[in-house]
Amino acid sequence: MSADTSPAIELRGASKTFRTPSGGLHTAVRDLDLTVGRGEFVAVVGPTGCGKSTTLTLVSGLEEPTEGEVLVAGEPVHGVGDKVGFVFQQDATFPWRTVLSNVMAGPRFRGVPKAEAKRRASEWLARVGLAAFEDRYPHQLSGGQRKRVALAATFVNDPEILLMDEPFSALDVQTRALMSDELLDLWEGTRASVVFVTHDLEESIALADKVVVMTAGPATVKETFTIDLPRPRKVEAVRLEPRFIEIYREIWESLGEEVRITRERGAAHVA
Amino acid sequence: MSPEVIGAPVVERAKAPDRTQSRARAARRRKVLINAVRVLLLVGVLGLWEALSRAKVIDPFNFSMPTQIWDQIYTWVTHGTALGSLGEQIWYTLYEALLGWVLGVVTGVILGIALGRITLLADVLGPYIKVLNSIPRIVLAPIFVIWFGLGPASKVASAVVLVFFPVFFNAFQGAREVDRNLVSNARILGASDRRVTLQVVIPSATSWIFTSLHVSFGFALIGAIVGEYIGATKGIGLLVAQSQGTFNAAGVYAAMVILAVVALLAEGLLTFAERRIFRWKPAGSEH
Repeated sequence: MSADTSPAIELRGASKTFRTPSGGLHTAVRDLDLTVGRGEFVAVVGPTGCGKSTTLTLVSGLEEPTEGEVLVAGEPVHGVGDKVGFVFQQDATFPWRTVLSNVMAGPRFRGVPKAEAKRRASEWLARVGLAAFEDRYPHQLSGGQRKRVALAATFVNDPEILLMDEPFSALDVQTRALMSDELLDLWEGTRASVVFVTHDLEESIALADKVVVMTAGPATVKETFTIDLPRPRKVEAVRLEPRFIEIYREIWESLGEEVRITRERGAAHVA
Repeated sequence: MSPEVIGAPVVERAKAPDRTQSRARAARRRKVLINAVRVLLLVGVLGLWEALSRAKVIDPFNFSMPTQIWDQIYTWVTHGTALGSLGEQIWYTLYEALLGWVLGVVTGVILGIALGRITLLADVLGPYIKVLNSIPRIVLAPIFVIWFGLGPASKVASAVVLVFFPVFFNAFQGAREVDRNLVSNARILGASDRRVTLQVVIPSATSWIFTSLHVSFGFALIGAIVGEYIGATKGIGLLVAQSQGTFNAAGVYAAMVILAVVALLAEGLLTFAERRIFRWKPAGSEH
C-alpha cells in the first residue's frame, strides 16, 4: 500500500490499558478498529468516560497502544508527529504568552523563522476574528475567544490530521453553535482529516461525514453511520431538517443503549 | 410607555458622577483614617516604651529607649561606627546576603527544575535531599567560619544553604505541577523536550519560584547576619555582636532597625520585579 492511497488514520485492534494509582489495571480502549479517510470528518460519540479521549491520544502519539497498531498516513505512529493538530477539551493556551505569541508557538517550535511565524499567526488570528486582540493575554479573553486562539494555534501548523477532544463542551450553547460553524468553515479551507470526539450527538451529526458510536467503556466501535446531509452546512439550520432528525433517531437507538449501561454501572458504584 | 419610566434613567444618569465622586471621597477618607491610626499606633507604642523606660518601670539598661536608639543611629550615620562608616557595614552585609541569595536561588532553581523534570534523578536524590533539609542548617554557620575564615565567604556559604532549600522545593513542586494539558499541547505543536522545559515548565513554575524568593531573601539576610555574629571583620552582624559585648542595648536595637529597613527595601524591589514579570496573570489572583 503506498502512502498516498492509504487512509489518513487507521487503528487496527488497538487496546490501551492504564495502571491505576491503586495498582489495578484499567482498560480504556479495547480492540478498536477505526479508519478515517483523507479529508473525512469523523465524529466519535459515546457515553461519558468511555475512553473516547484515549483514542485521540493514541492517534496523536502522546500515548502508545498496549496492543494493536495505529497508522497515520500508512505509517505506524511513534511519538508525536508533525502531521497532527490537537484541540483539547480544557484550555491549553499558554497563559504567559500573548494571543499572537500563542499562535506563533507552533511554527516557532517547528523552526519557522520569527517574521514568517508572525505573519502566519496574524493571518490565522484575522481568520478567526481576533486580529484586534493580538496583544492580549488569554485571561483577558472570554472562553469562546480562547477557543478561537486554540483553533488558530492548531490550524497555523497546517495539520493533515485534526484531533478534537470535546473542544466546545465548556462553551455556552450559542457560542458553541457559532464555533461549530466556524470550525466547518476553517476545515473546508484545509480539507484536513478530522476526528472529533464528543458526547453530544446533535453536534456530531451536524459536523461529521461519519458518526462512530462507541460502546460503554472499555471503548470499542459499536456501529458506524454515514451522514448524508449536504455541505456546506449551517449547524443551527441543519438541526431542523427532517433528514437530520431521522438520522438522530437512528443513531440514538444505538447510542442510548450504551448510555444506559454506563448509567446503570454508575448507579451500581454509588450503591 | 409613560414619561416617568423614560425620565427615571435620565435622573439616574445625572446623579451618577455625583455618586462616583462621593464614593471616591469615601475611599480617600478611609485611606487617610487608616494611615492616621497606623501612625498613632506607632507613636503610642514608642511613646509608651520611652515613658516606661524613663520612669524606670522597665530597666533602661536592658531595654533601652527609642530616643537612645535614634541617637545611636544618628551617631553611626554622622560619625561612623567603631568598625568604620555605617554605609560600609550595611554594604558588607548586603553584599554577602545578595551573593548568597543569588547563588542559592540559581542552584535551587536549576536543581529543582532538573529533579522535577527527570524522575530518575528525583528518585535517586530524593532521600538525601530530605535528610539534608532536616538538618537545622543554621548550625553550619560556625563550621563555615572554620572552613572559610572571617571574610565574606563563610557568610555567603551560610546564606546559600539557608536560601537553597526553600527555593529548591518550590521549583521542584512547580515543575511537578505543570498543567499536563499545556505540556501535551506544546508537544503536539512540535516542541522538543528542551523547549517544553524552557518554554512551558519554567514559565509555569515561576509563580512557585517567586513565592519562595520573598521568603528566601529574608533567609539570606539571616545567614549573613548569623555568620557575622559568629565571627567577622565587618558587617551589621558584627555591630550587633560588638554592641552586645559592650552592653550597649541601644546599639543592638539600632542594628535591628537598620536591618529591617534594608529588608523592606529589598522586598519592595522584588515585588516591583514580580509585577513586571507577571503581567500575564489576572489581576487580583494572589499577587
